[in-house]
Amino acid sequence: MTVETLRRVDARGLSCPMPIIRTARAIADMQSGELLEVLATDPGSTKDFVAWSRTTGHELVEESQEDGIYRFLLRRK
Amino acid sequence: MGDPLAISLFSGTDDRLGAAAVLVAGAAALGRPVHVFLQYWALDAFRADRIQADHGLAPEAGPEGANAVRRLRRTGSASWSETLRQAKDIGDVRIQACSLSMDLLGIDMSDLDPLVDDVEGVATFWSAAEHGQVLFI
Repeated sequence: MTVETLRRVDARGLSCPMPIIRTARAIADMQSGELLEVLATDPGSTKDFVAWSRTTGHELVEESQEDGIYRFLLRRK
Repeated sequence: MGDPLAISLFSGTDDRLGAAAVLVAGAAALGRPVHVFLQYWALDAFRADRIQADHGLAPEAGPEGANAVRRLRRTGSASWSETLRQAKDIGDVRIQACSLSMDLLGIDMSDLDPLVDDVEGVATFWSAAEHGQVLFI
């Protein structure tokens, strides 16, 4: 049985390209299938995470926005 | 693994170095190998004793642009050298000094920040650029 750990990157207040850099660094240390939650306030991040997911192959499982904070849930490929 | 990106970095002002650092970091995050070739004033900005200094802005910035850049710095936005350091940390990024520019400035590797990997000539740059895109900044 596997225990799914949820890692988190808090990139709130950071401007482009830091949210993507922090995410790329965090996901490199994770195992395939593990989930990563990213919080960001950079308005470019919505499109950036879609593009990053498409190019790298790491799945964008969920994305939402509340009170100017974007939340992305990613699964390592 | 995406197509390699080769950048000839010529400008030594903080705004152009900043824009280049963002492009390098983004490409690295997407898994593209990046080869940066430092020429002329860009190489001068990578001297160990002045990499953190104020390198000014391109003429089009004007006084208003200079204020905007100062504001951005105050918000704690990463410097171009810090962005490049992080780009090297996450991806395949090589930063090479142009050997002619080394002669021009009268410096050797010991004068440069550790961000710079090595010295190379133009043939090595074009060889690295062969199967990818090339930018001149």
